[in-house]
Amino acid sequence: MPSDTDIAVDVRNAVKRYGDFTALKQISLSIRDNEFFTLLGPSGCGKTTLLRMIAGFEDVTEGAIFLFGDEIEKLPPHKRPVNTVFQNYALFPHMTVLDNVGFGLEMMGRSKTEARKRAGEVLEMVQLGQFSHRKPAQLSGGQQQRVALARALAPRPKVLLLDEPLSALDLKLRKAMQVELKHLQRETGITFIFVTHDQEEALTMSDRIAVMSAGALQQLGEAREIYERPRNVFVADFIGDTNLLDVAVDRIEQGRAQCHLGGGHQLTCDAVEGIGAGANVHMSLRPERLYLSAEPIEVESLKGRVRETIFIGTDTATIVDLADGPQFTIRSSNSTRGNARVFEPGAEVFVNMEQGAARLLVD
Amino acid sequence: MATRPYDLRRYPGFLGITILCLVILYAPLLVVTIYSFNSSPSITNWEEFSFRWYVDVFTGPESDKFKQAAWNSLIIAIIAATTATTIATLAATAVLRAGRFRLRTLSIGLISLPLMVPEIVTAVATLIFFNAIAFERGLMTILLAHIAFCIPFAYMPISARMQGIEATYEQAAQDLYATRRQAFTRILLPLMMPGIVSGFILAFIISLDDFIITNFVKGAGVETLPTAIFGAVKQGIKPNIMAISTLLLAVSIVMVTLSWIIGRKDKTS
Repeated sequence: MPSDTDIAVDVRNAVKRYGDFTALKQISLSIRDNEFFTLLGPSGCGKTTLLRMIAGFEDVTEGAIFLFGDEIEKLPPHKRPVNTVFQNYALFPHMTVLDNVGFGLEMMGRSKTEARKRAGEVLEMVQLGQFSHRKPAQLSGGQQQRVALARALAPRPKVLLLDEPLSALDLKLRKAMQVELKHLQRETGITFIFVTHDQEEALTMSDRIAVMSAGALQQLGEAREIYERPRNVFVADFIGDTNLLDVAVDRIEQGRAQCHLGGGHQLTCDAVEGIGAGANVHMSLRPERLYLSAEPIEVESLKGRVRETIFIGTDTATIVDLADGPQFTIRSSNSTRGNARVFEPGAEVFVNMEQGAARLLVD
Repeated sequence: MATRPYDLRRYPGFLGITILCLVILYAPLLVVTIYSFNSSPSITNWEEFSFRWYVDVFTGPESDKFKQAAWNSLIIAIIAATTATTIATLAATAVLRAGRFRLRTLSIGLISLPLMVPEIVTAVATLIFFNAIAFERGLMTILLAHIAFCIPFAYMPISARMQGIEATYEQAAQDLYATRRQAFTRILLPLMMPGIVSGFILAFIISLDDFIITNFVKGAGVETLPTAIFGAVKQGIKPNIMAISTLLLAVSIVMVTLSWIIGRKDKTS
């Protein structure tokens, strides 16, 4: 038995198979109490399956799931002290908003009066108090979303599961809800497990993120860690924009890896466990951590020619062709304080990188 | 929309065909309804407007026979429709909510097959069955036969409705600590109600106007309204038959309207 009470949900070697198809391949992860945890990945990566296994809607083919130390994977959904916010909300259309929110408490055996009282409180918390006597169909999408949230929070679950709850909202509302969800999580102190395919959403809200693909866990870590130190090509490519380069590792010295890319350009970066000299691997370079100069600044400044500059509001993206080498995208802020100089297409430039910008990836 | 893909007005003869169909469908009903208000004992010569034959239905020499038959029909229709609707609801729940199980496709087929079997075959088979088990023919045999053939009719609207209800509602209920039974009674059943009511009404009407099977399995001297009407018609068509037919038509229209109103009121899913 795990004695560690700081762990809210402990998934151990969970496997999910549908006939011949393996949806989840041996997933193990621990979700801490009181954290905003995100399962991130493209559709079909198994993130929703894992969430539904925790909720109890999918059997666990192999492995175990613990909730605060109690093994739950055999329990039916109504015996698990977790609640779900469904992607399509699944509000009961024949009940008022108040009765929807009070439903969980009523099913737990509380009196109707008590359930309604608590439901009213939770509705106030999500600023929907004045809508409590409406039917769900009379509310906007954003309001329905809040009702779904209130309904799942009302019984004070130990863990709240959220299955892409914001995907049906428009961009502006989604951004507002992201902040609100994060706020709500801090306020209630409930562990949130959030499923999304939107990497920006995941980065915005999460304490920690589990990046999944093809039924397997690719990387687990804090948002910044995953963004800055992606472990493999999938994670680097899926999270944010990046320059993915083919590089050959020439030698490893004092924790630094000397590499060269097409065209003979030299690059040195931190060595990564599992990548030795002679390896042909990928390197990730985040565009915003690169900068341009008219003259070489460092020994490893890469010489190239500007192909195109693209204005994208807050930033300018510059696409540079290295001499005989790969193409780079460099992003610089359009703030006047940033001394970003915009180079005209055709200009000869040097690409420089900040400390730690280059990252070697295992495949 | 500037041009509709199937603009009816562009089809030659559309109006003529439509009128022809409407006449074939409704002219006989119209004639019966109009002539039921005829004061003449003739069924073809119009005399003047009168409720004479309606009075005759309720107080005339044949009124006792018709009243008894109508009562039998009503009782049988209510019990048969109720029982068939219950069974159909449970069947739909099993077929649509129990996941994939062996013989599921076969089950769906078996439930709907009776709709395609010629009624006379069902009638003969039911009669032979009752004879074989030496079940004395009477009201009970009619009732049992009606329950049996009403099930597929009740099943159709119920299963159609249930297919439209996403399984996430019940999952949400179970996620909120409802047992399976509570999820069924508190969530699924209320959402299904429009389908259940439609199923009941359809079964009720089918039972009310069934003739062939009833005629085969009824005992001597036991009549339902359709068999009583048939019996009376054999001795010559009198205008009181038209009055009864018009009343039956009115009941049907009321029931169908009711079903439509209930179906329209529901905007839940």
